[in-house]
Amino acid sequence: MAGSIRRMRLAGLIRKEFLQIWRDPSSIAIAFVLPVVLLLLFGYGVSLDAKHVPVALVVEQPDSASESFIGAFRKLEYFAPVAFPGMPDAEEAMREGSVAAILHLRSDFGRAIHQPGGAAAQLIVNGVNANTARLISGYANGVWATWLQQYAAQHGVQVNLPVLVESRVWFNSELSSRNYLVPGLIAVIMTLIGALLTALVVSREWERGTMESLMATPVSMTEILLGKVIPYFVLGTGGMLLSVAMAVWLFAVPLRGSFVLLMIVASLFLLVALGMGLLISTVAKNQFVASQIALVVTFLPAFLLSGFIFEIASMPQVVQVITHIIPARYFVSLLQTLFMAGDIWAVIVPNALALAVMALFFMVMVRRVSRKRLD
Amino acid sequence: MTAITEHVAVLRGVEKSFMAGKRPAPALCRVDAVIRPGCVTGLIGPDGAGKTTLMRMLAGLIRPDAGSIAVLGRDMAVESQQVQQQLGYMPQRFGLYEDLSVQENLDLYADLQCVPHEARRERYAELMHMTGLAPFTGRLAGQLSGGMKQKLGLACTLVRSPSLLLLDEPTAGVDPVSRRELWEIVYRQVEEADMSVLCSTAYLDEAERCENLLLLHQGRLIGQGSPAEFSGRMQGRVWSVGLGGETRRGLQQRLVREASVLDALIQGESVRLVMHEGHAPADEAWSKDLQVQAVQPRFEDAFISLLGGVGAILPDAAQQMAQVHPGDGPVIEVKGLSRSFGKFMAVKGIDFHVRRGEVFGLLGANGAGKSTTFRMLCGLLPASSGSLTVAGVDLREAPASARGRIGYMSQRFSLYGTLSVRENLRFFSSAYGLSGKARGARIDWAFERFDLHDVADTASNDLSLGYKQRLAMAAALLHEPDILFLDEPTSGVDPLARREFWQRINMLAGQGVTVLVTTHFMEEAEYCDRLVIMAEGAILASGTPQQIKQSVAGSGKPSQSMEDAFIALIRREEV
Amino acid sequence: MVASLRRVIALMGKEFLALLKDKKGRFVLIGPPIIQLMVFGYAASFDLNHVPYAIYNEDGGSASRQLVARFEGAPPFDAATIVHDDAQIQPLIDDKQVLLVVHIGPQFSRQLALGESAHVQLIVDGRNSNTALIILGYASSIVQSFNTGRLVTSGSSGPPAHISMRAWFNPNLQSRWFLIPGIAGLITLVVTMMVVSLSVAREREQGTFDQLMVTPLRPFEILLGKALPGFIIGMLESTLVILIAVFWFNIPLLSSPLVLYSGIALFLLSAIGIGLMISSLSLTQQQGFLGAFLFIVPSILLSGFATPIENMPHAVQMITLIDPMRYFMIILRGVFLEGAGFSILLPQFWPLAVIGFVCMSLATWLFRHRMV
Repeated sequence: MAGSIRRMRLAGLIRKEFLQIWRDPSSIAIAFVLPVVLLLLFGYGVSLDAKHVPVALVVEQPDSASESFIGAFRKLEYFAPVAFPGMPDAEEAMREGSVAAILHLRSDFGRAIHQPGGAAAQLIVNGVNANTARLISGYANGVWATWLQQYAAQHGVQVNLPVLVESRVWFNSELSSRNYLVPGLIAVIMTLIGALLTALVVSREWERGTMESLMATPVSMTEILLGKVIPYFVLGTGGMLLSVAMAVWLFAVPLRGSFVLLMIVASLFLLVALGMGLLISTVAKNQFVASQIALVVTFLPAFLLSGFIFEIASMPQVVQVITHIIPARYFVSLLQTLFMAGDIWAVIVPNALALAVMALFFMVMVRRVSRKRLD
Repeated sequence: MTAITEHVAVLRGVEKSFMAGKRPAPALCRVDAVIRPGCVTGLIGPDGAGKTTLMRMLAGLIRPDAGSIAVLGRDMAVESQQVQQQLGYMPQRFGLYEDLSVQENLDLYADLQCVPHEARRERYAELMHMTGLAPFTGRLAGQLSGGMKQKLGLACTLVRSPSLLLLDEPTAGVDPVSRRELWEIVYRQVEEADMSVLCSTAYLDEAERCENLLLLHQGRLIGQGSPAEFSGRMQGRVWSVGLGGETRRGLQQRLVREASVLDALIQGESVRLVMHEGHAPADEAWSKDLQVQAVQPRFEDAFISLLGGVGAILPDAAQQMAQVHPGDGPVIEVKGLSRSFGKFMAVKGIDFHVRRGEVFGLLGANGAGKSTTFRMLCGLLPASSGSLTVAGVDLREAPASARGRIGYMSQRFSLYGTLSVRENLRFFSSAYGLSGKARGARIDWAFERFDLHDVADTASNDLSLGYKQRLAMAAALLHEPDILFLDEPTSGVDPLARREFWQRINMLAGQGVTVLVTTHFMEEAEYCDRLVIMAEGAILASGTPQQIKQSVAGSGKPSQSMEDAFIALIRREEV
Repeated sequence: MVASLRRVIALMGKEFLALLKDKKGRFVLIGPPIIQLMVFGYAASFDLNHVPYAIYNEDGGSASRQLVARFEGAPPFDAATIVHDDAQIQPLIDDKQVLLVVHIGPQFSRQLALGESAHVQLIVDGRNSNTALIILGYASSIVQSFNTGRLVTSGSSGPPAHISMRAWFNPNLQSRWFLIPGIAGLITLVVTMMVVSLSVAREREQGTFDQLMVTPLRPFEILLGKALPGFIIGMLESTLVILIAVFWFNIPLLSSPLVLYSGIALFLLSAIGIGLMISSLSLTQQQGFLGAFLFIVPSILLSGFATPIENMPHAVQMITLIDPMRYFMIILRGVFLEGAGFSILLPQFWPLAVIGFVCMSLATWLFRHRMV
């Protein structure tokens, strides 16, 4: 009897919540439109890779040697070389930003190549964007190494390079930044659905006075909380499925780990995010304040401190310590591993455990802070 | 259930304070009260008196700092969940989900109250019939009118007949017709289901509808008893004074300043007089040549008496000047004014005019189009068709300087909350183009005249409602406007502040300022020189209060109240 | 005219008071900029240091030990994990304990001694492709300098050609130099948008908007009274951030402040215009906030703040042309790091001016039409 009464109340609350979600365009927007837009933006628009970098070529004395060297640059998709007659022009182009680097072969290039010590090709990069500059110099070195082998083969020369580097990239051999940005983005999206949306809808109940009338009914606080957690858990899982589907089918990100495991850790993270959202709304009780707090406490850290874009290991020690209290950190690590590397238990167990502890912590906190009273 | 104690609810020494900034602000001080079973108890008091706090305590939503509360024989400190199963509570904004339909709201509350599925159909039908909402079950609650929302809110709390029904200001901001219908529903519940009801209200006239009253003022319970007991104490102290040759306003102004007078109010073509205890008009020199007649006291007279009378709060009379008689030609003229929102005609071609120095009332049910009309007059909304002129121009198209001639005060006393009183006054004076010495002089005037010195540096958010009203009015008068627009200027303020407010309005009208006012308080309609009553975008009646009352009563009794006249007019229109 | 000016000044004064007297308002102006600057300044960086890596040296010779020593002395690399077995490599990388494994084969020293080329294998965790690329770059340059060292000592002839690299404007390739001027733009945008886009909505919510409309203030004066505080606050805020960037983070400011402030002024015009548009459209602060958020996020993503615009697909690059942040980013970096003057930045100034003008006109139009 008592059980069936509880079921009736809970079912009523859940049905109400779904009706509200269905009728409120902003919930739908945050849960489904925003993920799609963000994924499209990141999947197509944002990329850290450098491709077709415009490079100015300045060859002071064209001959066969410089031709073959330049030719190697023309072949690769990383560079889009443009020939310039002289250095002043090329430098001007670099200042204007129309080229990102200058490859300068002096007039003695053809001669020096046959002399001991060899010829120097000067590469000037625009260092403003340090990351791109570093990538360009890396690519240039790669081009040079390839050219060297060809040159040696063609001229039958023994190229005496003591150590040759042979690199192997695991998990993401084509080194596509999309493969790591998209899984990381899923963590940001889940944070938005779980924390921001929940904080908004619960504080809306406070603001509109409906929470007061709910509380005056025999409904228990646990039922009210469950009535919020269950619908948004379902909504979040929907958002998760949508994001995973887009990642796999639209952006061709490999999913090497098991799907079930992915959904399990996503559920854990969703519980953490929901807990944070509920906690924020209990403290704020006002949509405006709640959205501000949610943004500062959940969204920005998920973006900046989770290892989604910026490597945690490279942050100062203090910041690294702080990242441990950010749930998105664990989820990003799990996502990147599950998508690109597979079911690696040594990564999954500690991170999932951290999420489980946090989920438990937030749920207990929410239950303790939420009292069926207004004062 | 009531076998355990004879009272539905017992409060003993209840205290509660909330933190306002850093210091605690008492909301309730040592309240002892009982609520009797099977009747309607009214919880009467102005905004900020502690009504809502008391209601929430009875609903188990707030715990007292000290004292005990027992509801339905159970201690709220330990058994609030059990009590809530027999309790119906409607909070101030009705607690409805605006994005759910009428039916979905009912279903939700039926689920929460665990009404068995088999019993629902019958109960729904009964409630929908009672509230007249049956044709609207599919409509979203947010799209209902104020009166319908209020009835739906009530239906949701009644979905499982509770033993005790708590209604927190169910009639606030609702027109007289809807208010009366709500009371009818409540009384039917009391009679048919033997329900006990506690209903809070800021409308003093509603007190008369209750069988028992609790009077709250500034967190203290200042009286408890039946309306008759309260008004009984005033027996022999209330009189009606005929006008003689004087204007209503002139007579009222004169009488209210006499030391022996507790309260004086314009009522129809007479002035209602409440004397201090032990005084009678016959003993006083000023009553010579006046027609004085004893009348039945009302609850409000007792309330004013408990608060110590109006003498203390009267604005000073130094600037009392020559009477300007209304009728110097129209200042506001409205001809064939219409406004539509999409297909919906909010205002359907209305005509009226307001003369200089007149206090003109704009009355109507919720959704009657009076706020639309009001906004068009102020130039906040363009008219769809028709013409309107204020001081000879349409404010919407007029040069900005024309707006310098009007003053405007909205129902929410729109002030900049974080700014102090002085900063608010400084800003508004500059916005109205005052500068230099003139500005300083007017700000000094406002401080002096509205007695704002004590709160000069308080942020306007932290002011009491009465002070907010004063400041809003001061801000609207800084530039000495010829015309004053007031949108429900007295909603929620206590009766003394309301009297003070009207005192000022009367003085302004005396100086020749034209005042246009909208209100929900029907007794305030009596203070107007002329008024129009609107319904469904059209004017139902216009004229002096006396004319309107007579037009309804036919040859009958002219002494009926404005509220009766209003309801009769609306009902006649509906038929 | 004088009266009009006086009214606008009164309105501005009120805006500042309302903003600064409110604790939350003060926080919005001071909190986020400092937090963002510190987080970006210290945490957000594409530069690597403390990279965990492992060395699997199957060769015991001195040459291999010399190479290992070069890795150990290199700045981005932490202390190495030593691996003794092939089987240890996989779990190390899988579990994210190391990002790089340097594998030196058993024949390494012998081959070098014989004058043959020896191989060194670099195994990188590619989960974060950007990090992987940068690590590869670092490791390759270490091997290269090892090579040069050996060639010089052995006196043998090197390869026929080599690349010598030089970076202009940011010789040490610190990504902080790149990110921090961008943050000046970011913070200017966020603060200005928040101040402006909420200001009208707040008045609507409090009901004071009607009160304003019935005063002799003209719509244009109200708009001006709302826009100017945003402009002044934007100017002060960007000045604060620039001062911190120059004196705390030691970012060089090469061009003249005049060029910098012309760029800021033009950019503020666009930001305020967009803020006012959002403001006139939203009825509540909540809507204003969401509106600002929906503009700010894509405009930052598409501005080239963290990721280069040249890498975006052509269609997306077209969209970035209407993003005022895009031009502002180029101006900021040009002014700070490249010492660019008016003539070089002209192609950025004029689109910014056009966008600013269009936004302000639209805002004025919307403002007049939403006054009903």
